[in-house]
Amino acid sequence: DGSDDIEGGSAVENEENTKETDKGKKRATPRTRRGHARGRDRHGDEDDEDDEGGMRRAGPRRHRSRRRGRAAGNEASDSDMEPAKARKNQANQKSKEDDEEDEDEKGGKSGKGKNEKKGDKKSDKKGKKEKANKKKKDKKKSGSGSDSESEEEPITEEELAKLKEEVEEKKKLIATLRNKPWKMKKKLSVLKEAQLFVEKFEGALGKGKGKKFYAYKVMMTKKWMKFQRDFENFKTACIPWEMKIKEIESHFGSSVASYFIFLRWMYGINMILFGLTFGLVMVPEALMGKPYGSLPRKTVPRAEEATAMNFATLWDFSGFAQYSVLFYGYYNNQRTIGWLKFRMPLSYFLVGVGSIGYSFMIVTRTMAKNANDDGGGDDTSFNFSWKMFTSWDYLIGNPETADNKFASITTSFKEAIVEEQESRKEENIHLTRFLRVLANFLALCTLAGSGYLIFFVVRRSQQFALEGLENYGWWERNEVNTVMSLLGMFCPTLFDVISSLENYHPRIALRWQLGRIFALFLGNLYTFIIALMDEINLKARYFLPFTMFDRSLGNTEALQSATDTSLEEEKIVKYNMTIWEASLYNGTIPENSTAPPIQVDPADVPRGPCWETMVGQEFVRLTVSDMMTTYITILIGDFLRAVFVRFFNYCWCWDLEYGFPSYSEFDISGNVLGLIFNQGMIWMGSFYAPCLPAINVFRLHTSMYLQCWAVMCCNVPQERVFKASRSNNFYMAMLLFILFLSTLPAVYTIVSIPPSFDCGPFSGKTRMFEVISETLEHDFPSWFGKVFGYASNPGLILPFILLMVLSIYYLNATSKSYKEANLELKKKLQSVRIEN
Amino acid sequence: VYRLHGRYYEMAPNVVPMDYTKDPDVKLPMQLIINMPELKENPFKERIVSSFSEDGEGSLSFNDFVDMFSVLSEMAPRELKAIYAFKIYDFNTDNFICKADLEKTLNKLTREELTAEEITLVCEKVIEEADMDGDGKLGFADFENMISKAPDFLRYYFKKS
Repeated sequence: DGSDDIEGGSAVENEENTKETDKGKKRATPRTRRGHARGRDRHGDEDDEDDEGGMRRAGPRRHRSRRRGRAAGNEASDSDMEPAKARKNQANQKSKEDDEEDEDEKGGKSGKGKNEKKGDKKSDKKGKKEKANKKKKDKKKSGSGSDSESEEEPITEEELAKLKEEVEEKKKLIATLRNKPWKMKKKLSVLKEAQLFVEKFEGALGKGKGKKFYAYKVMMTKKWMKFQRDFENFKTACIPWEMKIKEIESHFGSSVASYFIFLRWMYGINMILFGLTFGLVMVPEALMGKPYGSLPRKTVPRAEEATAMNFATLWDFSGFAQYSVLFYGYYNNQRTIGWLKFRMPLSYFLVGVGSIGYSFMIVTRTMAKNANDDGGGDDTSFNFSWKMFTSWDYLIGNPETADNKFASITTSFKEAIVEEQESRKEENIHLTRFLRVLANFLALCTLAGSGYLIFFVVRRSQQFALEGLENYGWWERNEVNTVMSLLGMFCPTLFDVISSLENYHPRIALRWQLGRIFALFLGNLYTFIIALMDEINLKARYFLPFTMFDRSLGNTEALQSATDTSLEEEKIVKYNMTIWEASLYNGTIPENSTAPPIQVDPADVPRGPCWETMVGQEFVRLTVSDMMTTYITILIGDFLRAVFVRFFNYCWCWDLEYGFPSYSEFDISGNVLGLIFNQGMIWMGSFYAPCLPAINVFRLHTSMYLQCWAVMCCNVPQERVFKASRSNNFYMAMLLFILFLSTLPAVYTIVSIPPSFDCGPFSGKTRMFEVISETLEHDFPSWFGKVFGYASNPGLILPFILLMVLSIYYLNATSKSYKEANLELKKKLQSVRIEN
Repeated sequence: VYRLHGRYYEMAPNVVPMDYTKDPDVKLPMQLIINMPELKENPFKERIVSSFSEDGEGSLSFNDFVDMFSVLSEMAPRELKAIYAFKIYDFNTDNFICKADLEKTLNKLTREELTAEEITLVCEKVIEEADMDGDGKLGFADFENMISKAPDFLRYYFKKS
């Protein structure tokens, strides 16, 4: 139509005009990047273009054609532009580029990507699209009449909507510009155009400030993202020992690293336990309780005073160490102490119960979390490809880190190769099964053999005891000990040899190994205890210096024996004490309590037996000796061996490094079990000796450093490096079991054994948990006590237990069905992918 | 970009001009670029540089330089990175990652610590896992398909400039 032609002509004309003004605007824009003077520019623009008046829609069309022109400037393919204009466009673009670069400098923006190969094709398409748009727009407004370049006129709804559409398009273009693999120059030009357009029309649409706000928002988002990233980095840097563990992981594989991760987790738990006992039990007593020497229970008895400060006594945790906040016996049974009215006995009780409760909770929670992680494993589909293409970290600039990374990549490949080989292994099912049955049979034989040996040895030692220990030499006296230690050293190796028959995947083999060693220790303990039963009943208290595996149950029985004997002793002592008091009063009857109390030095008062402190001492001694044993084993077993192999290799007949001793491998199962049993001891003993968590924290801390050093320095990676299973649930399950076993003795003593009458925060009560009822009576309003009384009615508790059992069953059923559904979906996904 | 220009300039002060308004045609040879600290430890440094260079021999003009860092930056989108990653791993630049390319990649990654059979095993597995169209080598579509599902990809291609 005629109008179209006119429009076409005027469009070209306008282009020329606006190019000049654009240049002006361009020069202005870098400095007004955020749009301050844009209003000025826009007005300038509009004035220039206010030729025919009337139609705003020419505006968008003009912009579009200008954009098209610019876009096409780089290619020779667009034939709509005359050569002169094309050249002008080029010049424009070049200067725009520079301006853009200037802008970038000022704004600090990094450049956008370029792609040499694919850019042209894409821009062609874009150009065509723009042309199509233009045609569409032309058709739409065919009835609009002559065009005008003014945007000042009031805009109708329809046009407003169209303008908005345009602006949105341009915004989208700006947002996605980075994704396009175009050449840099092209992108810059397109971006510039689109930005100008958006600026111009957002103002016209009444969103003049919008751009500023938008830019501000963008900046804030960027800053927020950066902050988040930095915070993540900081958090990762805060995790203790992360670098050490990563180093170990890269050299030794993830299974060895999983031991250290487990160690670190235990350290965290122990820290919290330490915090609880230290903050709520030890510190209040130290600060606000009666000081040393004021009460009989807080003073070293006269008889022991001479040796109380010797190092030997202190190492043995008697003497001054015994009569301090470290042990149960020091605490006074006053209901409240200090000006804060801190309820010491209640706090002691609650801390004891609370730490067990906390441990249960956290172990179960970790198990649940690990189970969750395990569920979503669709990552085995591209395992090798991912390892190959995505494992290198492009941020590495440090040669040492690069070394580590290379080692870890190699290890990870080796792990994956092992997995692959395992899955490819063709098994002769029958032979394997037979071998496995044989292996299990052998293992059982070993276990039975060791059990019998212990039984036999204990019986013999009983005989020796009956005949008097002095008649026999060192071996006979310590026979039981040494036999148990030797068994603990050699049987695991035997199990290792047996497991080579079984031909399992290394990870499964490790689990079998752990299970067998666990069974070995437990079995030893049981036989030991059974053999000791007679002896205990003869009331000869048999406190051995237990070595690393005499834990958990062994001490339960020792406890029982201790309390039995101490009850007897208590009666005797009480009787003695009344006599002694009577002697003080020179015969006056003790019931006459109005007689003035005679000042006696607390050190002279005869003491009752304090079995809780004794038990606590036993535990502490055990822990310390265990720690010493571990360290010495590492130093001798690993370090000296490595030194020997390294330096004597030159003058030895056979190759030491490959042959017999060689360097030791890191014994994962032994260390893990040691850690778990150690923790069991802590749980058992912390009620009687509040200092145990502190000692354990210290022990774990040093052990971490020592073992990390030893591993890197003296050990070699295993031959078949295998990936630890992602869930550490196996370790957690064992830990949970030990936790359960450890809490049994403490709970038993709380509930059914009367506390010592002479020491500790519960002295004088018939049962330890009475402190709770006492608190309820005194400190809570009376209706609380009534409610509690109703709640602990068996009639209420039994239905509650029934309800819990039912809900457990229901949840179990639903979770099973979810897992099945999950598997089904995974299979479907796989089959769909294979089809494709 | 200013900072990038500073780095570019540092590498060869006598050649690189400070003023880019005339769009001069300056290129830096590969040797200088792969000695940059960010790239020095990277086993793929030569490949990275040659895939961004216009003339294919590894010399980078400033535009190419900016390009390279922008793709490696954290702001670049995943698809773009995938395109460039493909080019980096394609050693013989035939637009396919064939078995020889895979072997070279693996050797560079592990510094030749794996035995020959382990290498073959891994390469076979990779082709088995990722090759969808069954031609025995990885085309760009296969590569992109595989990378898009990888959780770690974006993490390792980031660089702060």
